[in-house]
Amino acid sequence: MYVSGLQLTDFRSWAEIDLELGRGPTALIGANGQGKTNLVEAIGYTATLASHRVAADAPMVRSGADRAVIRTRVERGGRQTLVELELNPGKANRARINRSPVPRAREVVGLLRTVLFAPEDLSLVRGDPSERRRFLDDLLVARAPRMAGVRADYERVLKQRNALLKTAFLAKRSGGGDMRTLDVWDAHLAQSGAELLAARLELVEAMAPHVESAYKEISNGQGETGLAYKCSLGDAMPDSSDREVLGAALLSELARVRPQEVERGVSLVGPHRDELVLTLSSAGTPLPVKGYASHGESWSVALALRLASYTLLRDDAPGTDGEPVLILDDVFAELDVGRRQRLAELVQGAEQVLVTAAVPDDVPEALVGGRYDVHDGTVTRVR
Amino acid sequence: MYEGAVQDLIDELGRLPGVGPKSAQRIAFHLLAADPVDVRRLVSALTEVKEKVRFCRICGNVSEQDDCRVCRDPRRDLTVICVVEEPKDVVAIEKTREFRGRYHVLGGAISPIEGVGPDDLRVRELMIRLQDGGVTELILATDPNLEGEATATYLARLVKPMGLRVTRLASGLPVGGDLEYADEVTLGRAFEGRRQVDV
Ligand SMILES: Nc1ncnc2c1ncn2[C@@H]1O[C@H](COP(=O)(O)OP(=O)(O)OP(=O)(O)O)[C@@H](O)[C@H]1O
Ligand SMILES: [Mg+2]
Ligand SMILES: [Zn+2]
Repeated sequence: MYVSGLQLTDFRSWAEIDLELGRGPTALIGANGQGKTNLVEAIGYTATLASHRVAADAPMVRSGADRAVIRTRVERGGRQTLVELELNPGKANRARINRSPVPRAREVVGLLRTVLFAPEDLSLVRGDPSERRRFLDDLLVARAPRMAGVRADYERVLKQRNALLKTAFLAKRSGGGDMRTLDVWDAHLAQSGAELLAARLELVEAMAPHVESAYKEISNGQGETGLAYKCSLGDAMPDSSDREVLGAALLSELARVRPQEVERGVSLVGPHRDELVLTLSSAGTPLPVKGYASHGESWSVALALRLASYTLLRDDAPGTDGEPVLILDDVFAELDVGRRQRLAELVQGAEQVLVTAAVPDDVPEALVGGRYDVHDGTVTRVR
Repeated sequence: MYEGAVQDLIDELGRLPGVGPKSAQRIAFHLLAADPVDVRRLVSALTEVKEKVRFCRICGNVSEQDDCRVCRDPRRDLTVICVVEEPKDVVAIEKTREFRGRYHVLGGAISPIEGVGPDDLRVRELMIRLQDGGVTELILATDPNLEGEATATYLARLVKPMGLRVTRLASGLPVGGDLEYADEVTLGRAFEGRRQVDV
């Protein structure tokens, strides 16, 4: 699939812009702060209903305006789909598909698929474990939209359970203690937790070889990366990734740690405490990426994670129909010349690649198919 | 902030469910501008509902007498109780005409976030109704969302020693939804296809 048109109204710095895009690689070039990232952010938002830069919608509405509108034309297997999104901060966002309103904006998720590489990705490898959990869960949802429900269920169970643990904690202090409903929340946590855990384990297994080979290619064989899923079940982690087995393991571990949980008022077991461990080895010794790897190495591991998601999403749907749009926002500036070239070679065959850069020379020649200059609120096609 | 009475009205309206500060303001100024006859009619409707309507002694549904219309009806099957969260769920289920037993209205669902536990619901009253042994089936028709499921699980575990047939409405109801918003056909089918709960 590819995006053939993007039209924005009051989105970020853009009051009004109408852009035609084509297949293959396209470079958006312009000085800092000209609005390049804003353009690709809008495309990423259309795919996932989330920005890669901010958690809330308000910053995406041009200051002084009430709402922002993103219109994205998606071409897929000879068919055109026009996805229109209206961002109304503080109110429900609205969506239309081919001019027909849909009851909930969520229904547009999956019509466009993107894999977005951005400088923020460095926090994938350097940030908190929560960043890597989010990466896994976002990818789960991109592969199977049904997982959005599982993820939301789990988060809700966790909130309810933590609220109860806090009162149980207080009640214990004041001598009482109503723990009768905790068993019920344990059961629900084990159930949706096992579903999420099983899906993550399966994902990590499917992704690992792709991450390893992508890193090898980018780094030209300089070092090997590895990834492992470290579960909060610890030694109680079963060998199997069967949901029933995992659920039973979670349940018995919850029973074991209950006194500590009541003491501290938080849930200590479950996928919300798990970690995706990334390592990098040179000369045979694996070291954690976080805290050890160089800047360029960390950045390359982050790229390898994104490339692996791209490969998985692409292979999920045969043909070019399901092939996600690749967006490379400012990724070349941080890499040495060799790594730039090899990254370009890895992605240039994709159905559509959108690249942004402040310095034209940063973009490898292979990725300058179409070229647009972004300057002073206008976008001009120069090639 | 407005002066005295106007602000008081806005504050009171703002405490109603689903009414934010902006809507409260709009309603208040609408009432200020309205015909006094209309406002008096609203006032008497409010007073009357508090004076005349109470909760059924048996099931907790809203009623103008001690017992509600369903509990007074001699044709209802006394061996089945259908547990729901709110009186509006009784209305929704009655519309399906699938259910001939009686109800038990809990007055909500377990939700620690909102500080609601079993003691805040009419759970004790339910246990008392079940104790005399006349009831053989308990249908758990709490909402098909997390809190409704948790409440159903809790009740199923609580009544397990009593050896009743405990059933839950069949799936097919939109997950994450409210019972009251399910259409009659869907809700009716969910009743027919209810399944035994194992705990
Ligand atoms: N809600 C908004 N309203 C108005 N302007 C905004 C809004 N959000 C961001 N901007 C402006 O957009 C500009 C940043 O745009 P963007 O991040 O797309 O730049 P860029 O071209 O990618 O630059 P760089 O090369 O530095 O990455 C900033 O000048 C910022 O002030
Ligand atoms: Mg940028
Ligand atoms: Zn009654």
